[in-house]
Amino acid sequence: MELLLDSLFNGVAIGSVLLVAALGLAIVFGLMGVINLAHGELMMLGAYTTYVTQLIFKLPILKPFYNSYIIVSIFLAFIVSGVVGILLEKTIIRKLYGSPLETLLATWGVSLILQQFVRSVPLAYGTGLIISLLIGLFLPTTFPSKIKESINFKYFKFSSWIFAALTGVLTGSVISSSVSKLSRASARNVDVTAPSWMRGQVEIIGTAFPKTRLMIIVITLISVIAITLFLNQSAWGMRIRAVTQNRQMSDCLGISTEKVDIITFGIGSGLAGVAGVAVSLLGSVGPNVGGNYIVGCFMVVVLGGVGNLLGTVLASFGIGVMTDLIGAGRLLSIWPDMPLPLSNTINFFATTSMARVMIFALIVIFLQFKPTGLFPQKGRMVEN
Amino acid sequence: MPLSKIKFDKKIVLSFWIILIALIIAAPTLLPVFRLNLLGRYLSLSIVALGVDLIWGYTGLLSLGQGIFFALGGYCAAMYLQITSSSEFPNNIPEFFALYGVEKLPFFWEPFRSPVFTFLAIWIIPALVAGLIGFLVFRNRIKGVYFSILTQASLLVFFNFFNGQQKLINGTNGLKTDVTQLFGQMVGSESMQRIFFWITAILVISAWFFAKWVVKGRFGNILIGIRDDEPRVRFTGYNPVIFKTIIFSIAGGLAGISGALYTVQSGIVSPQFMTVPFSIEMVIWVAVGGRGTLLGAILGAVFINYAKSLVSEALPASWMFIQGGLFILVVTALPEGVLGWIQGDGPRNLLQRFGLKRKIETYPSLEVENKEGDNE
Repeated sequence: MELLLDSLFNGVAIGSVLLVAALGLAIVFGLMGVINLAHGELMMLGAYTTYVTQLIFKLPILKPFYNSYIIVSIFLAFIVSGVVGILLEKTIIRKLYGSPLETLLATWGVSLILQQFVRSVPLAYGTGLIISLLIGLFLPTTFPSKIKESINFKYFKFSSWIFAALTGVLTGSVISSSVSKLSRASARNVDVTAPSWMRGQVEIIGTAFPKTRLMIIVITLISVIAITLFLNQSAWGMRIRAVTQNRQMSDCLGISTEKVDIITFGIGSGLAGVAGVAVSLLGSVGPNVGGNYIVGCFMVVVLGGVGNLLGTVLASFGIGVMTDLIGAGRLLSIWPDMPLPLSNTINFFATTSMARVMIFALIVIFLQFKPTGLFPQKGRMVEN
Repeated sequence: MPLSKIKFDKKIVLSFWIILIALIIAAPTLLPVFRLNLLGRYLSLSIVALGVDLIWGYTGLLSLGQGIFFALGGYCAAMYLQITSSSEFPNNIPEFFALYGVEKLPFFWEPFRSPVFTFLAIWIIPALVAGLIGFLVFRNRIKGVYFSILTQASLLVFFNFFNGQQKLINGTNGLKTDVTQLFGQMVGSESMQRIFFWITAILVISAWFFAKWVVKGRFGNILIGIRDDEPRVRFTGYNPVIFKTIIFSIAGGLAGISGALYTVQSGIVSPQFMTVPFSIEMVIWVAVGGRGTLLGAILGAVFINYAKSLVSEALPASWMFIQGGLFILVVTALPEGVLGWIQGDGPRNLLQRFGLKRKIETYPSLEVENKEGDNE
């Protein structure tokens, strides 16, 4: 019983990391059909946001609130990755709708640039850049409609961008002068230390669980609930679902597909940032941290069936539990006296990397029987 | 996509060939060994690029897993070289086995004692693996981005397998070839490297002719048909699965040859050949050179890699930016690649901009029809 609980918890822990990472991808890929290979790098940005937030909260002014930095960084990571995602959508992906292979290559280019960016630009100025992007993109939308409709709107827009750039440079230099660790560019990995209330373990029914793992499960749970509520209850969620089902028809009925695209992509990217916070709790953060997760995320989406959150949830927990079962060789301890050839095979696959081999092979075999995943979309539109 | 709109003059083609052959003959004496070796490596990479062009440029299948077949070819060559020069080591098996306490040669190494088997294995094994993966995927009508993702996943499967198995194939350290012997000579020696360069040059040209032969005629037409409208090909009575599997395994075989040549010239084969970035890079060589042009794939592979080594020597940090920018630029601004742009209407349009060439009058109705056809 204890063994089973242990295995289940480990599986859920692995699966919840996968799920929170794949959630944003499932939305972007499932709803828009866009392959975003830069998703892993958006996660990386989220992880770095956690790091920067942590250092800023060590400043004397914010020191009393240090323990809550992780909560703050979840929101900040959502905003940072979301803004970068929106910029990506506005500049590149918008031009490539309908040609997914080209999108794939372009987003790969973006991911290379983002990786090199965090290596060669000091994080303080990176933060400044994000802040100026945030102001430049959102300030014009808050203007009263009188200005928006006036013929001089472009000048207002332009001046808001100048304001944004100045603010960005200012914040960048303020941060870089006050936090010395952020003022130099470095390709080295950094570490996020969890606040004291998140260290240690909790005992549930006689088994000890690390608190960081529980935190990740909580983050995942909240993200899934929030996104489900958003998609099913809010007006924009309904519009997103409508565009997913039939883009042309939604367009005809007056839904601004352009806005829907931006919102969908922004939310998907923001969720990648939230996943980055979760990932930063697990190990050190480096420019390549996202690359370790991206293929696993795609597998989750493909296995779960496109455009279906329930499928994504089941697939990631399934993969998580299987990884634990195979990777830790748990089948042997559950059934100690199995025949020798079988136990040899299980031992052969009982490492993390070999477990991955086995999982991917199983997924490929599974797709032989259900090529469109666990919960395929139905209807004639699906063929295209 | 226009395949070859401009027919070049025969004299130009002939002089192009004469210059090319003269360059290949002269290169070993003109270039220092280091540069020659680099050029040889890049030429061998152009063979895998040819394969990518066949499956992506002509058939529309974007594979992100060509690294599997590339590395398999490399491993075949390296295993042969290791095993033939292992006579002075304990148990007559390659040196690294002693590190992990392995005394008996794993069974799959045995056939690689024979040079004939190795020679065949270098291209047949990757082709068979590609055919198997391709058949399993195509049979279910998995296409487009799903195909790309699945090939990438299989790449990771192979990477993890080769990376984790120290006792079978030396894991993450890979197999070294530069200190092994081939026909009584060190593989890493200067004279051998020169020979390898010539072999590579000859194989690149023959691979090019082979690829041209493949895409010519009805077979090539069906490939292009699959790329442009697969359901229509199926309704016409052809089975796309067979054609896709064949072309995918041809590309796999080419990748294997390329990997073997690259391995003997770089002196090592390791699971690094199966990393995700390397396989995507192969795609960008073709994209920049011009997909569906074959020659573009070769030129793209050689020039981009040469640029990479030059830029990395001068400014190590900037190559990632340049490469990333190249991906974005070629997709958004130059979807036909450089050669496709030259062969198409690119230069004419450019000259028109400056008023140097007259605009061609076309029937507006025809253009509208074509546009609608593209959107389907």
